[in-house]
Amino acid sequence: MRRRDSALLALSIGLLAGAALAYQVLLFRLLAIIQWHSFAAMIISLALLGHGAAGTALALTGMRLLPRFHAVYATSAALFAIAVPVCWALAQRLPFNGLELVWNPGQLGWLAGIFLLLSLPFFFAACCFGLAFMHARERIPALYAADLLGAGFGAALATGLLFVLPAGDALRAATVAGTVAALLLPAPKLTRLALPALAILSALIIPDAWLTPRITEFKGLPRTLQVMGAAVEAEYSSPYGLLTIVRNDTIPFRHAPGRSLAAITEPPPQLAVFTDGDSMTALTVHDGRRESLAYLDEMTSALPYHLIERPRVLMLGAGGGAEVLQAIYHNAREIHGVELNPTMLELLRIRLPESRVQLHAGDARAFVRTDTARYDLIQLAPLDSYGGSGAGVQTMAESYLYTVEAIADYYARLEPGGFLALTRWEKQPPREGLKLFATAVSALEAAGADPRDQLALIRGWQTSTLLVKRGALTDADLERLRAFCESRGFDPAWFPGITPDEVNRHHRVPRDWLHQGATALIGADAGRFISDYKFNVAPATDDRPYFFHFFRWQLLPELIALRGQGALTLLDTGYLVLIGTLALAVPLSLLLILAPLTALGPPRRDEPRMRSGVYFLCLGLAFLFVEIACMQRYGLFVGHPLFASVAVLAGFLVFAGAGSLVASRVRNRPRALKWAIAGIVLMLLVQATALPPAPGVVESTAGRIILTLVLIAPLAFLMGLPFPLGLSRLAAVAPASIPWAWGINGCASVLSALLAAVLAVHLGFNAVLMMAAGLYVLAVLAWPAGNSSRSRP
Amino acid sequence: MPICPPQATRLAQARALLIVCALLLIAASDETRYAAERKALLAEIQRVAVQTADATGRARFSARVMNAMDSVPRHRFVPPRSIASAYENRPLAIGHGQTISQPYIVALMTELLEPKSGDIMLEVGAGSGYQAAVLSRLVAKVHTIEIIAPLADSATARLRELGYGNVQVKSGDGYYGWPEHAPYDGIIVTAAANSIPPPLVAQLKPGGRMVIPVGAPFHTQDLILLRKDPTGKVTTTSVLPVAFVPLTGKR
Repeated sequence: MRRRDSALLALSIGLLAGAALAYQVLLFRLLAIIQWHSFAAMIISLALLGHGAAGTALALTGMRLLPRFHAVYATSAALFAIAVPVCWALAQRLPFNGLELVWNPGQLGWLAGIFLLLSLPFFFAACCFGLAFMHARERIPALYAADLLGAGFGAALATGLLFVLPAGDALRAATVAGTVAALLLPAPKLTRLALPALAILSALIIPDAWLTPRITEFKGLPRTLQVMGAAVEAEYSSPYGLLTIVRNDTIPFRHAPGRSLAAITEPPPQLAVFTDGDSMTALTVHDGRRESLAYLDEMTSALPYHLIERPRVLMLGAGGGAEVLQAIYHNAREIHGVELNPTMLELLRIRLPESRVQLHAGDARAFVRTDTARYDLIQLAPLDSYGGSGAGVQTMAESYLYTVEAIADYYARLEPGGFLALTRWEKQPPREGLKLFATAVSALEAAGADPRDQLALIRGWQTSTLLVKRGALTDADLERLRAFCESRGFDPAWFPGITPDEVNRHHRVPRDWLHQGATALIGADAGRFISDYKFNVAPATDDRPYFFHFFRWQLLPELIALRGQGALTLLDTGYLVLIGTLALAVPLSLLLILAPLTALGPPRRDEPRMRSGVYFLCLGLAFLFVEIACMQRYGLFVGHPLFASVAVLAGFLVFAGAGSLVASRVRNRPRALKWAIAGIVLMLLVQATALPPAPGVVESTAGRIILTLVLIAPLAFLMGLPFPLGLSRLAAVAPASIPWAWGINGCASVLSALLAAVLAVHLGFNAVLMMAAGLYVLAVLAWPAGNSSRSRP
Repeated sequence: MPICPPQATRLAQARALLIVCALLLIAASDETRYAAERKALLAEIQRVAVQTADATGRARFSARVMNAMDSVPRHRFVPPRSIASAYENRPLAIGHGQTISQPYIVALMTELLEPKSGDIMLEVGAGSGYQAAVLSRLVAKVHTIEIIAPLADSATARLRELGYGNVQVKSGDGYYGWPEHAPYDGIIVTAAANSIPPPLVAQLKPGGRMVIPVGAPFHTQDLILLRKDPTGKVTTTSVLPVAFVPLTGKR
């Protein structure tokens, strides 16, 4: 009977952990739809503090709840199930507007409301785990294993679910799983029946409309839908994002960003496609007549077609296909388009039936790294919205498209004499154009080429296009470039031999920083210019893939002083939101960790409270450091960010769960911990220096995913050992401290995710891995096994 | 036929009068407060204008523009929940995903248009109608087009109620301008545009000026000033509204 009970408890914990992780995955998707990236990340980080708060609450109530374990557990699980849909429905109704934050700090109140509401499900789930560890403390490793295994499967299943259900509806699945978890244990009748019934009811009766994401009114989609005549034609939900197609027959979109002011034609009819309610791209309805596409020759991105005849083109990020049509207009010989989102690809495919167009599903960077063909022209258009990039709210998103290594990869795929054309949004003062230029200079230098002969940069009023030629630019090239700029009112900012009277003539800026910057960046002065420029224009690398991160601390006081002029619009807020989140999470975590100490009273003589506290803090920090760094590194290796992150996340949890199962066998061997830590540190060193391999080793994406799982398995397995080993040791000497340790682990996980992002920006993901190794060493030094664990009762 | 005794009627009348007076007083005191806030805002705008003189190319904003800004009650153009912030130098949400620009930016855009009393102006993107109201105090006629129907309706009603008789609002597509009243001495395109509609440039008089703010909602990053010289040649300039030099002085 007891065996059956504990098996049921493990099953219930697994289910609940799976539901909680599914909730986390779905919540991130949902927040990415209704908000901008940086706020979504902030809200979810803070909401996860619910885990830590559960530890605190349990520690404060002490052992009083244990006699009624089954009732409290079932109640808590049922409350989780109820809170998942209800809290989401309520939270997304709060009128938080992140764009207004710089003008109105009062918005922080709404933000707090959102994260507090969304943290409730995490709180209730974590209460169940903490209680179970206290209740069945002789079986902690097995229960912890159930927790990790459940979470691993939950992450994978939630992502799978997103392929068939919209994220809002998928929340109901978490409710159902939570309810079953509540039903599994022999709770008193009332709790056993009434609460789960309520939970199921809440999942069933809550209307779809309450769960459907309500996108902030300032994102592109809601703004577009306000325009008379606009209507949603179709919507496709998948883990890649929510694609919304909007038609407007009354007022056409005429989307042609940065188009020449000298243009006189009107773009043909278009459909607007939004990803997660923003980042609009236009699907042009091509009538087959070449003249209808003439507008595409009036953009800076058309420049390379004037320097090269009938090229074989590769379009990285085909998006809505504007660049593909541009290539068709310019008589490209062969056109290859790469697009990650399969739905978008399908939309394009049915509209571009031309035989010379070939569309490939996949990540742009991975395509280039595994492809062996060569091209006359490789085009990269800005796939993000000017607005999102303008308000600086996307700046902390990793991008492997604009790193030094990426440019080198593109360059390697060019035919001799071929061109790489990179178009970015241009702003005053310039940021993206300059950083891209600096990146190209570094990439060419690394490839042993001479950047001074091979680069050309032009700007319009909204975009700039950088050309990298494989080979030196010829006089004929430059002649055509001048003519192209002259007839369209664009200005060259750099080409070999550019003279001061050739710049800043058409779209005039008070000082042509793009020209001055490019000139400095290509000269001996580059380092000096980068350090003196107030925005961060140092090239991004694969290890620090933050192309959109322009913020430098020295900028802040100046912009604050100039805020009356609206200078805060020059601030890229993504980084500050991250720092702000950390600044909130640290004191909140400290509060949650220190508060229970008042209830626990002074430690018994043989209780290693401080030591164990440091131990659990280090483990919590290190685990997510490793997981996050591996997610990024293997994301690049697999070449499919979504599948890679799910594989790494689920893989780490499942293999660590297996490690925890083994921990229950070795928990009485004091040397087990030291061996485990030594193994972890060794494997982290291997990961940091030798892994992942080049993507070419395995042909298929599936093969690379399997290899990823194989390569992380031993590390993750060992990482599953230290936590349950420590918890078992603590249970032996101070059972009342178990929820405290559980709470520390919860808080540390939150801090870890935030710290990992900050460290990656400044030091890179490699450094994050090395720091994780250091934290594991620190953990074992702080609380070495063997001095207290022998006194098991 | 008075049903109640005359005395009582008079008493009621007196009471009503008292209430009306009290309400008027409250309203008057509100108006006085708003006027004072507006004066403070104008002082702030002029201060900022002087700071940004190098960037914008104007030493200070003209008395004409400042008087026009002073004559328009901005608190009547913002939604009720934002009235307390109406005279802060910041953009505010007006619903439908749209904003009313930061007052300093409104003043700067008005300055850049160099409005003269006989001018005919076109605005694309009426929003709350505030920019049109300011312009209307400086020129002969303002025509404004709004693409979001409910905003067009509320702006029309508001401008009529406040007596801006020389502003005409039309609801619809701004791409083709408003050819019936063209050509224009000045055009302002406040609706976020990813390309500048060629018909608008065509409807600009030789010697005319067009101003286009560029950026995201709440985040006007820079202004594009388009000028058509007397021969019809078009040039554009980017005006950064901030006195900011991106390179440290060490160089």
